[in-house]
Amino acid sequence: MKRWWGLLIVLLPLVVMAASYEGVPLEKPTINYSDKASLQRGAKYFMNYCSGCHSLQYLRYEQMAQGIGIVDKNGQVLNQLVKKNLIFTGAKITDPIISTMSEQQGIDWFGIAPPDLTLEVRSKGAPWIYTYLRSFYQDKKRPLGTNNLLYPDMAMPNVLEPLQGVQIPVSESHVIKGLKLVKLGSLSPKEFDKMLNDLVNFLAFASEPEKAERHKIGVLVILFLVIFALLAYLLKKAYWEDIS
Amino acid sequence: MSKVARIISWFDKRTTWRSLYQKHMSQYDAPKNFNFWYFMGSLALLVLGIQLISGIFLAMFYVPTPKDAFASIEYIMRDVNYGWLIRYIHTTGASLFFCVIYLHMFKAIMYGSYKKPRELLWVFGMLIYLILLAEAFMGYLLPWGQMSYWGAQVITSLFGAIPVVGNKLMLWIRGDYNIAGATLSRFYALHIVGLPLLLVMLVWQHLAALHKVGSNNPDGIEIKKHLNKAGKPFDSIPFHPYYTVKDIFGMAIFLIIFAAIIFFAPTMGGYFLEHANFIPANPLITPPDIAPVWYMTPFYAILRAIPDKLTGVIAMIFAIVILFFLPWLDRCEVKSIRYRGWSFKLALAIFVISFVVLGYLGTVTVNTLTISLARICAITYFGFFLLMPFYTRFEKTKAVPKRVKR
Repeated sequence: MKRWWGLLIVLLPLVVMAASYEGVPLEKPTINYSDKASLQRGAKYFMNYCSGCHSLQYLRYEQMAQGIGIVDKNGQVLNQLVKKNLIFTGAKITDPIISTMSEQQGIDWFGIAPPDLTLEVRSKGAPWIYTYLRSFYQDKKRPLGTNNLLYPDMAMPNVLEPLQGVQIPVSESHVIKGLKLVKLGSLSPKEFDKMLNDLVNFLAFASEPEKAERHKIGVLVILFLVIFALLAYLLKKAYWEDIS
Repeated sequence: MSKVARIISWFDKRTTWRSLYQKHMSQYDAPKNFNFWYFMGSLALLVLGIQLISGIFLAMFYVPTPKDAFASIEYIMRDVNYGWLIRYIHTTGASLFFCVIYLHMFKAIMYGSYKKPRELLWVFGMLIYLILLAEAFMGYLLPWGQMSYWGAQVITSLFGAIPVVGNKLMLWIRGDYNIAGATLSRFYALHIVGLPLLLVMLVWQHLAALHKVGSNNPDGIEIKKHLNKAGKPFDSIPFHPYYTVKDIFGMAIFLIIFAAIIFFAPTMGGYFLEHANFIPANPLITPPDIAPVWYMTPFYAILRAIPDKLTGVIAMIFAIVILFFLPWLDRCEVKSIRYRGWSFKLALAIFVISFVVLGYLGTVTVNTLTISLARICAITYFGFFLLMPFYTRFEKTKAVPKRVKR
């Protein structure tokens, strides 16, 4: 009993997590760093649909290519391939991923500079971004004709509308209960969700590019420590044998 | 005389190293019945070392200016070789330092290790805890994230509640009207030089005081009362090698937990590294919820539970300061919980529950329910200390054996 108190002090605050948003329930995407194909598709979508306004200022093109597996058999980054397909600015491969839109342009055009997305998954979480990107709906009252259920009255235009199609709100006594797809985009709802999942998976990678390596080293370190602890225990036992 | 012995004797004639080693290691008589709780002291020393070394490496790359601080952390995480490892060691170490320290303090309360003749030992320990809180608070500003900024803004604003000198004092601490570049650079200086020096000196005093009076033990019996012919306590064993080998084992287990967090859950679900701190500090946008890191939340919950700001600040400071007086509040002669009466056991259980619940409440959004709960817990928290002279005076204790059990 006495021992449990100490454990309680340490464990209770750690296990209790307070992370539920009220209102819109968050959908969970599958985050998988070892799915290189998904990461590469995600990078493609990011460069095509997001990078015009949003930067990944703490991620370099080279690090990205390394992490998502655009490498040859020896693990060397395929520079030309990256340059041709993923760098749309004049950036060098060692440069960070910076959008060509300036902060001032963002303020002039949208009223606010688009946030950098490198750490977005770390601050908001992958489910938030995934749900946010699915929750756009048509709203004629907004300057850009679009609104968002999760993050109302945001400044961002619905850039994925050509893919997703047009959603309208379903209201019950002036409260929006859900969204309905009224015009299909170029992707089916299933394909669209898969595409979003790839995109969010890529953003998750961008927020913690070291994660795969971290896990790999972690297993080895813990294995070493377990063996060390075992030897330390035997040493202790040997020394303490004659203590009564 | 062999060559090695000659070299050793050369040093012996010129240093006090041998006597230091004998006094604190090979001839320090430790009770033979230390249990799990007695790992915490050596673990605290280990974490202190880890923090000092990882901190030195971080300081090589960190830039203490509002413009570059946040980016320099990401630079460490991404561009510095194994920078992520060093940074996660430091952030995890900070939280685990408090885990270890809280367990260490709990042990002292449980076994009465603060009682005569160990009052000063406890006071030194409390000073270490106080400096550690300041050290952690200042370190938390350095990443210059939203929570860094607004946490520091809230805590420093508390000084403004002091009558007459409050605003001047707040300005003096911040070096500006808000948390700004001036605050960042002074916190950095204190975090990497001032407070660590103080910590190391206090730890030395804590150990010196411990070795002067001798260690307490789970039975709370003074082993020095029963000496053998050689003048050594019957129930003692030399610290080295017995407890050094035991502590190495304890450290190994601790490092497994440490590594598991660093490599697999460095943010600990937002408790060791808060989510909002991955957004750069923005003086124009206040986050909806401002919460300090978990090890400060019990006191933060007490602050929030009281509607009047000044009273809240006083209560919060009092909640920490009152711990200093524990040796004089406890009137019971018996040290260890093993032989103490039900009243103390019950009070301690209520105290631990209050502390944990307050810690949890400090992390969540305020509403009427959490406020009422925090008030109840604050009352029981203070009750543990303020009523102590009464419920310990007439405590029905068990007979304490003369010699320790193993």
